[in-house]
Amino acid sequence: MIWIDTIIQGVLLGGLYALFAAGLSLVFGIMRLVNLAHGDLIVMGAYLILLLVTMTGLSPFIAAAIAIPFMFALGFGLQKFMLNRVLGDDILPPLLVTFGLSVVLQNALLEGFSADSQRLPTGALSTASVEVGGINLGVLPLLTFGSAVLVIVALNQIFYRTELGRAFRATSDDATTASLMGIKPANIFAMATGIALIIVTIAALYLGMRANFDPNIGPARLIYAFEAVIIGGLGSLWGTLLGGIIIGVAQTVGAAINPEWQILAGHIAFLVVLLIHPRGLFPRAVD
Amino acid sequence: MALLATQNLTAHYGDFQALFGVDMMLEDGETVAIIGANGAGKTTLMRSIAGVLINGQESVTLDGAPIGDATADAIMAQGVAMVPEGRKLFPSLSVEENLLIGSYGRKTDGHWNLATIYDLFPILKERRNNPGTALSGGQQQMVAIGRALMSNPRILLCDELSLGLAPVVIRDIYQAVPKIKEAGASIIVVEQDIGQAMKVADRVYCMMEGRITLSGKPDSLSREAIHDAYFGAAA
Repeated sequence: MIWIDTIIQGVLLGGLYALFAAGLSLVFGIMRLVNLAHGDLIVMGAYLILLLVTMTGLSPFIAAAIAIPFMFALGFGLQKFMLNRVLGDDILPPLLVTFGLSVVLQNALLEGFSADSQRLPTGALSTASVEVGGINLGVLPLLTFGSAVLVIVALNQIFYRTELGRAFRATSDDATTASLMGIKPANIFAMATGIALIIVTIAALYLGMRANFDPNIGPARLIYAFEAVIIGGLGSLWGTLLGGIIIGVAQTVGAAINPEWQILAGHIAFLVVLLIHPRGLFPRAVD
Repeated sequence: MALLATQNLTAHYGDFQALFGVDMMLEDGETVAIIGANGAGKTTLMRSIAGVLINGQESVTLDGAPIGDATADAIMAQGVAMVPEGRKLFPSLSVEENLLIGSYGRKTDGHWNLATIYDLFPILKERRNNPGTALSGGQQQMVAIGRALMSNPRILLCDELSLGLAPVVIRDIYQAVPKIKEAGASIIVVEQDIGQAMKVADRVYCMMEGRITLSGKPDSLSREAIHDAYFGAAA
């Protein structure tokens, strides 16, 4: 029973990692851009929500809803006016620019909010739980996992049911031919990063409610996100959710065996999947 | 006034100059064929008109207005659609999605919509849920033509419609050209197959080494003149 409980907790933790990873997966899937500042953007989102909660006394959920349009606009502008300039056949310039952005964000957050750990207020939610079949499940982890599934479903709906989704896929396949259809690739890329930052805000909400955060934890979130994306197969959204679950389960099982093994077990699971499936579990056919 | 014209159009790929002062025009309702051997500059001319290659502002005009420096999406929005060389279907999209994406940048009422495209190429309706790239070469060409027509273009640029296709398939594809013209589009067809080009065109331009070497109505051009313009007088 303890092992079942451990695995279920791991699955729920995987939802958080999937939220970290979904925006990264979206951006990579459409424009082959690896955003090294992704983790720092999540931390920045958490600080933005904290700021709104502190200033207005609103619940973190409402504060996140207020932050979402701002983060979308930030992502759109970031892509349109900075990252689009470095996109091209050479993958190095975007890596360098987003690495630089990561450094700038960490230092700006350090300057603005100090190195002290912060946490979003959750009230009774942090200890609330429901019993299912003799296992107690935290309401917050359940909400996190449910949100991750909703995000993946919503992204899939956008991708496969809307004109914008068709434009995303067409631009990802061949930006030049897409422009012959009247698509402006630069705007499509900006829209994708804007949507990615909406997901980043949702990830930031749960990150801030579940654990302490400070300006320096972004790179570690980026690594978890990376691993989830790569395990799932670059550009596959459901694969990203599965990748997050695999890392989450590996971490909780590792921690159950020995608390020092928690982080290491996640990385080992990542390496094992890479050894067996070097392109991830659900690689795109067209890469 | 010509519907579309190029004046002293030049194009470069890095240091390599591919077009040398090309002058051509397309009248409203006309079908113009551009013939020439491999490397003559036909595709470069199409890409320059479509905005894939950016040129001097005055080098291309549409209804007399300069569009030479406009981007491909802006030119498409003005009613110039292209069937690119090699079809270039989107592998991630189904046949129907490939067709639908064709009207992304220009949504106008007109003759062409999914139903009329399926009437023109009935096989596409049967295959509408297949990935575009899973079709035969001829069917892919039909999708590429249908995709361009979905925007109800004023001008349709067709680059190498017959490339890599069996003669019977080429015949089927070219049977669509008069119907497209009838529906109101003016057409520029780039072709290596001189016979096909002569059958559908009101006027023909022949290119060699980035220059127009011959132009005229098909029935006014002798085989010898075309041969010389196509391969060079010394050939």
